[in-house]
Amino acid sequence: MATTRSEKFPLRRRDVAKALIANRGRLLVVAGLGAPAWDMTAAGDDDLNFPLWGAMGGAAMIGLGLALAQPRRRVLVVTGDGEMLMGLGAFATIAVQRPSNLAIVVFDNEHYGETGMQLTHTAHDVDLEGIARAAGIRGASTVRDRAGLAKALSVILKKPGPVFYDIKVRAENLEFVLPPKDGTVLKDRFRKALLGRNAAR
Amino acid sequence: MTHWTDDVFEVLVEAGVRQAAYVPDAGHTRLIQRCHAAKRITAVPLTTEEEGIALLAGAWLGGQRGVLLMQSSGVGNCINMLSLASACEFPLLMLVTMRGQWREFNPWQLPMGRNAKRILTAAGVACDTVAEPARVAAVVANAAAGAFGNADRRAVLLHQKLMARKTFGR
Repeated sequence: MATTRSEKFPLRRRDVAKALIANRGRLLVVAGLGAPAWDMTAAGDDDLNFPLWGAMGGAAMIGLGLALAQPRRRVLVVTGDGEMLMGLGAFATIAVQRPSNLAIVVFDNEHYGETGMQLTHTAHDVDLEGIARAAGIRGASTVRDRAGLAKALSVILKKPGPVFYDIKVRAENLEFVLPPKDGTVLKDRFRKALLGRNAAR
Repeated sequence: MTHWTDDVFEVLVEAGVRQAAYVPDAGHTRLIQRCHAAKRITAVPLTTEEEGIALLAGAWLGGQRGVLLMQSSGVGNCINMLSLASACEFPLLMLVTMRGQWREFNPWQLPMGRNAKRILTAAGVACDTVAEPARVAAVVANAAAGAFGNADRRAVLLHQKLMARKTFGR
């Protein structure tokens, strides 16, 4: 395959994943299917991670439902460019609700990593930041390097949202670091960790 | 006598529903209004029905119950996202107003009207159909109890007979 520009992007996805949850505190994490789920697992699997093995296009909406249910907890959705492109309407739906505790981050390597590294639309300059902003998510932004990431971290983790960041990351195939794949296990461990005794209801 | 949609609203409140996601349908107009007006319910308009399946999964992760209001034409939009509900055994309550079933004016509504039930069933959602106004609340209450009590996927198909006939001014 010919070299594509994203193979030279400076940010590495596993480093960004680590930085996002270095001091996760009470953070609730939804990770979109494919590489973002493996990245967040590599950075540190946790009962309060909900990694997806399917449901393509649904990660941001799962984050919205969680953010509305838990307004006092920060909710971070980390997903891929292909996954986000499949559910662009979520930007509009989230903008209508304006959840101040929701942050969505796309690890944008401009490729479908799980299916043979085909180019996604973002490789052709489709602009997720612009789409998010036009939908009504103010302050949507794109990060391309370390300095940008350093500035973005506090916004992603603390600033009243909804927050959207498109983080351009290098296209690379990394070792699989897989979370549990039994959906009932993932759901139950998350609810038990978050809700304690009330998880049974 | 109250309208059946008011009965359904009371059932949803009683069932502890806190998020009401919807793609509008004329048959759900009053229920959507009541959800928007209710303090304890967050009404979430969607751009497509599958968003609602994902939203309600997130709601349940966060400890809240929800409902998805839609019309039969939206059933097909949900199929792949329903694998999220099935794979993780998320409770799911869908109230589907039916078109293409009874004195339908628009032939484009026929494919999903005829097939909504078997498509939902094939995707792992158990369906109850109700056509009599007096029975709607009980059928919805039963589906809600099944969905939330047994972590099950349930849909109530609200027969087109329950709704005013749409004739596009003809």
